[in-house]
Amino acid sequence: MEGTGKMSTSTPKAEFIARLRRSLKVSGDDGTRKAAVAARLGTHAPNLVPGRAEGNAAHRQKLFIEQATAVQTSVDNVKAAADVPAAIADYLRRHNLPQALRHGTDPMLRKLPWKKGAPSLEVKEGRADPADEVSVAHAFAGVAETGTLILCSGPNNPTTLNFLPETHIVVLEAADLVGTYEEVWTRLREKFGEGEMPRTVNMITGPSRTADIEQTIELGAHGPRRLHVILLGK
Amino acid sequence: MDATSPRFPANVREAFSDSQLQRALSKVPSGFIKKRADARDRLPEFDALRDQARDIKNHTLAHLDLYLERYVDKVEAAGGKVHFCTSADEARATIIDLCKSFDARTVTKGKSMIGEEIDINEALEGAGITPVETDLGEYIIQLRHERPSHIIAPAVHLNKDQVEADFRRVHSHLPPDRVLDEGSSLVNEARQVLREKYIAADVGITGANFLIAETGTSIIVTNEGNGDLTQTLPKAHIVLATIEKLVPTLEDVATILRVLARSATGQEFSSYTTLSTGPRREGDPDGPGEYHVVILDNGRSGMLGTDFQHMLRCIRCGACLNHCPVYQAIGGHAYGWVYPGPMGSVLTPSLIGIDKAGHLPNASTFCGRCEEVCPMRIPLPSMMRHWREREFERHLTPQTVRWGLGVWSFFAKRPALYRLVTGIGARVLSNMAGQRGRLRSVPMAGGWTRHRDLPAPAGKTFMAQWKARAK
Repeated sequence: MEGTGKMSTSTPKAEFIARLRRSLKVSGDDGTRKAAVAARLGTHAPNLVPGRAEGNAAHRQKLFIEQATAVQTSVDNVKAAADVPAAIADYLRRHNLPQALRHGTDPMLRKLPWKKGAPSLEVKEGRADPADEVSVAHAFAGVAETGTLILCSGPNNPTTLNFLPETHIVVLEAADLVGTYEEVWTRLREKFGEGEMPRTVNMITGPSRTADIEQTIELGAHGPRRLHVILLGK
Repeated sequence: MDATSPRFPANVREAFSDSQLQRALSKVPSGFIKKRADARDRLPEFDALRDQARDIKNHTLAHLDLYLERYVDKVEAAGGKVHFCTSADEARATIIDLCKSFDARTVTKGKSMIGEEIDINEALEGAGITPVETDLGEYIIQLRHERPSHIIAPAVHLNKDQVEADFRRVHSHLPPDRVLDEGSSLVNEARQVLREKYIAADVGITGANFLIAETGTSIIVTNEGNGDLTQTLPKAHIVLATIEKLVPTLEDVATILRVLARSATGQEFSSYTTLSTGPRREGDPDGPGEYHVVILDNGRSGMLGTDFQHMLRCIRCGACLNHCPVYQAIGGHAYGWVYPGPMGSVLTPSLIGIDKAGHLPNASTFCGRCEEVCPMRIPLPSMMRHWREREFERHLTPQTVRWGLGVWSFFAKRPALYRLVTGIGARVLSNMAGQRGRLRSVPMAGGWTRHRDLPAPAGKTFMAQWKARAK
């Protein structure tokens, strides 16, 4: 670069924002403007929310499954936590996949009776290794309106599990299945605090895909080729 | 990048005679347009959401200084750092300094139109750092040393056989007799090749679809998952974003997300919408060690408070390109800079100057489909008209056009004379056409009649016919 010194590559914040104010012909001290911004941030009121997810839990579940399967997510309904390992082993067998998986140190996943329910399964813990073929994650929530899974990063939930392995299995508890994105934001605020977010929130709607060659959809572009949901509970 | 927009007419002629391009473009209407229409029909609230999306961005732009301050506070509170860059030069220098501070040798990149706007790849290469595009379409055009021809489908101008030839040329370490004639085999090969790049990269650069002031969050919306691998695996994540990406709250972004994917690809929601707030935290087993946001102005603040402020609502869905009869005929490269189609015809003159981009706002039939489908209700045709007016005021329009408009306005201001002259003209042309009702050639109208007949006037002007009827 043409003689730019280390400290002079960017513009000072005050100067950058002053330019915006000059263009807008406003002042940063205008109480009315400040109040409008504070109110919007403070109340974070929902805008128009589509009506398609309105209804009882059964309706939400039906809509979630409809939307998820429309984008090539498969959904298995499992009644009891004790049955999850066997359901996963069975899914892997049906798809000719190795009986080996990795999950994070998520307490719910750890408590599952892996040895008893699926003795043939090799279960590892931790962040994904590029060699891992199958991962299991625990969803923070599911959204019925578009069949979307919400996964939050944290010490027990590595983000790499959601993208590196070819097969991504997500356990979604029925009680965490909500209607709309707005309900997810409410739950995030309840868990992490007002204005606070986990480092990464992944909203996942179907397996990885691309239509970059002749607008023809191919699955498994870089992320998982298969996305399978274990919907736990009734 | 050097804009070829001043050579637009020559670019168009080239595009028309490029048979591979014409073959690729023929697939645009059946793909994007139908899928968007179906998605709209499935959501009864779609048009009402567009109204709200427009209002959200209008409110944000009017308070942009305050939302930006709040956003920066939140990013810093989450352990990230924000860099303010007025120009493309500053953004390039800032990113290169950052990459050097991580001793970066390779950088993976998610798809970013701002990256194209500031030529970040050339700058990185110049500094001895290898940039690797990871979006499949971007990867393909990087191999070909081309520019994206569409803002969401960068390789839409190419056909499968061209991609196969490029992969065989570049992936020379793979067996030459491998079968590559299916889309799936091409996608698999790119997956394999890029997987190693993600793991080796020192820095990941992504764009941002949105920045949320409430939480200090950046959002990327993708289908491939390439952006997520790009930002999760390396030591540092650099987000490159412009000022107009800000929205106030999570609720506001939900509204705009509901119209984005539906307008772009006709999906209910893209496969991956990822919200990122700061770097790896205490106890996190993965994620980038550092998180930097480069906020770029590059001429946008100059659009605030002008006729062109509407354009800053754009969320880069590409619907206006897909529905534009001009884009469908010539593709994206002919527009000669980063942003093609109707949104480019409005934005490009703002960013590189009407003197260079004057042809673009004229490349429109004013059919209005772009405005009709725009999820943010941007009045694209009227802004193209603003540009045409400015071009005329600054005497940038060709002499013959100015002369023609001068003659027309002379008569238009004198209605009696106008009626007399057009009456004579209509009669002469009608007589010349005779029974056929069409003219093969007309003096001074060769530009029209060289390619098609001119339908002859009915013999009497509309005014004359109206008068006769009123009697």
